[in-house]
Amino acid sequence: MSLNQPNKIQTQQPQQMDTFTYDDDIVRKFVLATVAFGVIAMLVGVFIALQLAFPALNFGISWLTFGRLRPLHTNAAIFAFAGNAVFAGIYYSTQRLLKTRMYSDTLSKIHFWGWQLIILAAAITLPLGLTVGKEYAELEFPITNLITVIWVVFAINFFGTLIKRREKHIYVAVWFYIATILTTAVLHVINTIQIPVSLWKSYPIYAGVQDAMVQWWYGHNAVAFVLTTPFLGLMYYFLPKAAEKPVYSYRLSIVHFWSLVFIYIWAGPHHLLYTALPDWAQTLGMIFSLMLWAPSWGGMINGLLTLRGAWNKVRVEPILKFFVAGITFYGMSTFEGPLLSIKSVNALAHYTDWIIGHVHGGALGWNGFISFGMIYWLVPRLWKTELYSKRLANVHFWTGFLGILLYMISMWAAGITQGLMLRAVDAAGKLQYPDFVETTLRILPLYYVRALGGALFLGGFLIMVYNLAKTLCNAPKNLADEKVCAPRLESEAPAQVFQQLQNQKPHRVLEGLPTVFAVLSLVAILVGTVIELIPTFMADEFVQVNPQLKPYTALQLHGRDIYVREGCYLCHSQMVRPMVAEFLRYGAPSKLEESIFDHPFQWGSRRTGPDLARVGGKYPDSWHFRHMRNPREINAQSIMPTYPWLYRDKIDFSILPRKLSVMKTMGVPYAENDISAAENNARAEAQAIAEGLKNEEDGTGIENKEIVALISYLQRLGQDYKKGLIK
Amino acid sequence: MKVLYVMLPITLLLGFSFVATFIWITLKGQYDDLDTPAHRILIPEEIPKYPKE
Repeated sequence: MSLNQPNKIQTQQPQQMDTFTYDDDIVRKFVLATVAFGVIAMLVGVFIALQLAFPALNFGISWLTFGRLRPLHTNAAIFAFAGNAVFAGIYYSTQRLLKTRMYSDTLSKIHFWGWQLIILAAAITLPLGLTVGKEYAELEFPITNLITVIWVVFAINFFGTLIKRREKHIYVAVWFYIATILTTAVLHVINTIQIPVSLWKSYPIYAGVQDAMVQWWYGHNAVAFVLTTPFLGLMYYFLPKAAEKPVYSYRLSIVHFWSLVFIYIWAGPHHLLYTALPDWAQTLGMIFSLMLWAPSWGGMINGLLTLRGAWNKVRVEPILKFFVAGITFYGMSTFEGPLLSIKSVNALAHYTDWIIGHVHGGALGWNGFISFGMIYWLVPRLWKTELYSKRLANVHFWTGFLGILLYMISMWAAGITQGLMLRAVDAAGKLQYPDFVETTLRILPLYYVRALGGALFLGGFLIMVYNLAKTLCNAPKNLADEKVCAPRLESEAPAQVFQQLQNQKPHRVLEGLPTVFAVLSLVAILVGTVIELIPTFMADEFVQVNPQLKPYTALQLHGRDIYVREGCYLCHSQMVRPMVAEFLRYGAPSKLEESIFDHPFQWGSRRTGPDLARVGGKYPDSWHFRHMRNPREINAQSIMPTYPWLYRDKIDFSILPRKLSVMKTMGVPYAENDISAAENNARAEAQAIAEGLKNEEDGTGIENKEIVALISYLQRLGQDYKKGLIK
Repeated sequence: MKVLYVMLPITLLLGFSFVATFIWITLKGQYDDLDTPAHRILIPEEIPKYPKE
């Protein structure tokens, strides 16, 4: 008790002592969910890695294709695995750091079951193609609304606990939890504002460059405030506990916390370098991403140096191995990230597998390993028994570690190779590798290595599952909650608080005022948000759209929705960059007017296949007809999946007027006539395309099939520019 | 480019205020004791720790 107020002599009457218990049952639930969904997330990951190496594994089944499973993998890894791990760690550590049981057991249970329901809904809807078409924000609005509700439940539970705490000054881990909960709420709400067309289809209210900016402000800060800050909080709690060593530096924790939460928000535009995003935004994103290196390494240093004098323990203790390696991978990722944000480096790396390598170093290395260390530490304590096998935990560590190395190294090699090949121009000024597929062929062996790396990581995880299952078998049946005794906190009058500010350490006073702390954290993240998003929304002032520029026809719009549904944007970009090699390969750099009506934007972040921004008119309809049915008919080395269901499934013409009407509400210039005649116009357009394809094999009876809509969309891409409608 | 007229003053304002805040809290003695806060996490909790019980 004396550490709270080192200079005050305890002369007041004895404080009120409370006896209470910690809710460990909720932590056990979250731990089990983490492990269960970790298996699924990684299994899907290995499967899709194999699909890239062996396209036959797409099986021509819609709900098994790469484009539909990849979002399942990312959502499972981020929200089902990392999400549940974060909740397990937060519920365990917050109760003990604040010396109080969670505010409401009911809210805890609603949080848990609500979150698992969200995951189940994602697992069903994503393979069905019910997607908004924005990375890590694919889930349709019924689910995103549920996420908002559950997050509010979580926030009330957490902040309620904070208010009824018995520990006056909040520990550094709690600062990170506060920042996580508040910022995630802001990010989620702003990025998921959508207008529904039907129960499972909606359009974001943002379009083109604005959607790009909001999406990557969200996307990068999902990394920041879902995958980084809560894990830093977990590190600050579990590492010193496991190592039995104090945290290295209190001063560093203050400085790196505030600079991290302030700077991270601005980094979003580093996903949009050399795109049509305005230069000032790109520069801000680059500069702030570089600055972010410092506070991130502040976290790494604080973590690693906590082990001063305890390095001998790392040799024998698997939990500490996981933490040390995890923090080191964090350091690697937060060095690589700023490097990748430098425009000249990004020019090579963007759209390549280097980015995927970077992601997985962080995801497997940092998020994975910290979670594993935490789980191995928690499980014996939560189930009141010993870990079944320390040897197997060590095996898990080395297997997973090898897996991560194979993953990262193969993807670095693939990314740099493909990047260099794609931009190679020979002495005569021509592309050295004019066929995109040449680059695919060259990096294919590395896809086998990556799949092996992922499989090893999954293998290590399954060893953990076995170890934990055997541990739980030996657990006692009756697991009562831990009973604790602690003095109640005295409430303070504002005058007392003000007086403290006069003669006590300012940040320490702030640590005793969690509400003020929360408000300041919110302000910190809103600064970057406001400065980057408001000018983007004022883009109308400097974007002059040619009044002759027409939006997509009804059939083209439907084709676009099929493109979004099948996840085409996951392998194909639609953003030609202002570089020589891109000009030679794809044409003129994309201008932001070209996507100004695109709800959602589909600029893409990966080129597993070529950019499609100017594919319209490049190939005849018959080319697309054959290509989508079986890409290997056109190009034997292609790794693209087949899409046979597009030739069987019918276009729903009746919903087209509603789609155009929603678009019109959001400012896309459709005339009333366009909307009322949408069905007829679409049928006529489809008929015309089908006419031209009737001599193709299986080319009859396709005037109402989805393939025709998709072809009409693809043939529109880049045509406005060709017609001179873009300035 | 016009956006710079807004950005630059805001940036300078933010930068100076962060530096000023840091100097203020340092002068107020925030970093005088760097050892005690780090040990908070190791203070044994009032409940018996596994596996002794």
